[in-house]
Amino acid sequence: MAGNNSTPTEYIQHHLQNLTYGYHPENGWSLAHSAGEAQEMGFWAIHLDSMGWSLAMGALFIWLFRMVGKAATTGVPGKLQCAIEMVFEFVEGTVRGAFLHGKNPVIAPLALTLFVWIFLMNLLKLVPVDLAPQLFAKFGVEYMKLVPTTDPNVTLGMALGVFCLIIYYSIKVKGAGGFVKELSFTPFNHWSLIPFNLVMELIGLLVKPLSLGLRLFGNMFAGEVIFLLIALLPFWVSWTLNVPWAIFHILVITLQAFIFTVLTVVYLSAAHEHH
Amino acid sequence: MNINMTLIGQMIAFAIFVGFCIKFVWPPISNALHERQKKIADGLDAASRASRDLELAEEQAGETLRESKEQAAEILEQAHKRSSQMIEEARDQARQEGERMIAQAKSEIDQEVNRAKEDLRVQVSRLAIVGAERILESSIDEKKHGKLVDELANEL
Repeated sequence: MAGNNSTPTEYIQHHLQNLTYGYHPENGWSLAHSAGEAQEMGFWAIHLDSMGWSLAMGALFIWLFRMVGKAATTGVPGKLQCAIEMVFEFVEGTVRGAFLHGKNPVIAPLALTLFVWIFLMNLLKLVPVDLAPQLFAKFGVEYMKLVPTTDPNVTLGMALGVFCLIIYYSIKVKGAGGFVKELSFTPFNHWSLIPFNLVMELIGLLVKPLSLGLRLFGNMFAGEVIFLLIALLPFWVSWTLNVPWAIFHILVITLQAFIFTVLTVVYLSAAHEHH
Repeated sequence: MNINMTLIGQMIAFAIFVGFCIKFVWPPISNALHERQKKIADGLDAASRASRDLELAEEQAGETLRESKEQAAEILEQAHKRSSQMIEEARDQARQEGERMIAQAKSEIDQEVNRAKEDLRVQVSRLAIVGAERILESSIDEKKHGKLVDELANEL
């Protein structure tokens, strides 16, 4: 539903604006009251909505799985435990299929965290687009962008976390020298082509987290924009498009969480590889 | 959509959640699952062992049943044989007894007949003597004529 006092452009921009808290050159530490102010805050600002919902979903994941894990019986499991174990076994199986370098106690829990956390964050997208902003507006909060994964900071943050792990395991498994050597002598194993190799490999390395983060962000953001466009239609027609799009997104949010997880495992598996 | 501190915040949150997961979430679920897997495997093992045992027991039971049936048939047959034998014996005995009784009766009858003949002969001889006395109207000395009477009786 478009606000009666705003144009479609304003409506969409409003819904795509994060609740930003940061250091404004004029107002000091404060909440941004417009997109422009948020822009002026530069790097030293934080998106309270993205961060908050992201932490909430992460905490929900940890709490839920911890609770079920602690109460887990080896006998006949209950329904909730069955569901949790299904997710668990799905991730474990995926990791076993994609990670080919023996046992690493970090990979599987990492994959589980990423999968469930991203899934839960994406799941917020099925909340009607106007619900959160209008609800929070009642409490005087100007902006509320509910879905953390439509914020590139969140997706790239996770991707950078994965990137750090790629670097860490590359150096741990191959040694710093081995890692540099790998970067220098692939794909062309000749000393005269070292600069060329380095450029190629470094680009390849840096593209990994970038593509990982941007893929998730792009999918979620595009979906969100379409939800907003549908919401601009009259209410008596919007549901005919809204419902199919939401049903379609049940698939998309699961798929994107899965893709992020699998690619992370694949990248980390590659980091363990000796050339 | 500015890149800002949220990026760093998310990285920290990522590290914390992954750490939590490694330490507190993964192990209990993993342990429970693997324990259950082992339990199920053991259970299946036990079930297959039990079914094998059952098969064996059934086989044994069948064999025992067959044996006992055979034995029963044998006993029955023996009993039949014995009973027919006993009947045969009893019949034989009865026949022999009957024959013996018949023979005895016959001999008794013969004796009686002989005795009756004897009596008849004596009485007839007496009657003859009495008749003769009447005819002669004189008594005959029995002592004297006893021999004669006896001869007469024998002739009869």
